[in-house]
Amino acid sequence: MTGTQIFLTVAVIAIGTALTRFLPFIIFRSDRPTSKYMQFLGKHLPPAVFGMLVIYCLKDVLFVFRGTTGLAEGIALLFTLVLHLSAKNMLFSLLGGTACYMLLLQFVF
Amino acid sequence: MNKNSSFSSALRAAFPHTLPVLAGFGVLGATYGILMSVSGFPFWVTSLISLTVFAGSMQFVAVNLLLGAFAPLEAFLLTLMINARHIFYGISMLDRYKGKGIKKLYLIFGMCDETFSINCTAKVPEDVDEGKFFLATTLLNQSYWVIASTVGGIFGSIISFETRGIEFVMTAMFFVILVDQLREKKARISGIIGLFSGAVCLAVFGADVFILPTMAAILLFLTLLRPLIDKEAKV
Repeated sequence: MTGTQIFLTVAVIAIGTALTRFLPFIIFRSDRPTSKYMQFLGKHLPPAVFGMLVIYCLKDVLFVFRGTTGLAEGIALLFTLVLHLSAKNMLFSLLGGTACYMLLLQFVF
Repeated sequence: MNKNSSFSSALRAAFPHTLPVLAGFGVLGATYGILMSVSGFPFWVTSLISLTVFAGSMQFVAVNLLLGAFAPLEAFLLTLMINARHIFYGISMLDRYKGKGIKKLYLIFGMCDETFSINCTAKVPEDVDEGKFFLATTLLNQSYWVIASTVGGIFGSIISFETRGIEFVMTAMFFVILVDQLREKKARISGIIGLFSGAVCLAVFGADVFILPTMAAILLFLTLLRPLIDKEAKV
């Protein structure tokens, strides 16, 4: 690619990304009252989105039945869960869970 | 809510919420910068992309696009597909971002997974202006990303670090937020719908294309189960 083509490609990707972020705000303009159905979605989509995001983060290890793939992730998430349910401190759970994953990755698997 | 509270108090309130993102973006951003550098791009191209695109997984995909033949339409469609999940973030934030003035444009532009997660779930302190808090989160997170990827782009392969696995902090963050949501009775059905739809679609369609079917399944289940969900929310 030439320099110009690189810039055009970057511009296209930037515009495409911005479009996915702006689209709902363009379609459901704030000067009109939000419909009951959209209010329902706005309120109840987030928990589903976080479920989807967790799967998204694990997409390359989930359902891959090869050797120990996914084992480190599974153990670390379980450890995060135990920490979170016992200490109820988000930052602490994240730190502990990530440390657990790093140790598993660097010394076990 | 205090409209006159200063931006620095919003920054102070938002900063602790962004710490996991600082760790995750610090390493992922640097990794991205290094990848761009070893692929032959000068650091300022990396900075420019992190400033204008600001979407982690898309930027990694874009490295391959930029190394291939010039195909703008293909790049555009791929971008829409990979980033389609943002549409759900927008729908969730329609009311929260309402009436935030000119700031709103940047709040929407900078709404990556992590920024959405914080702005959607964080409890903004009473004495801090909500709009300024959202702005502080968005600005802090994008700064981490731009700075880390620029540093990675400048130093390239000179940097080596034994921080393998630290990017897991992002997975852990989404996971902990999900756990908190599932513990609330009114959010439980929706959370399970998201997990279930994602898992089934991933198993059926594979890692490359499962997001669009997952989004469709989530909309379908939420709509079908709406009476039940409304009932749970009222109790």
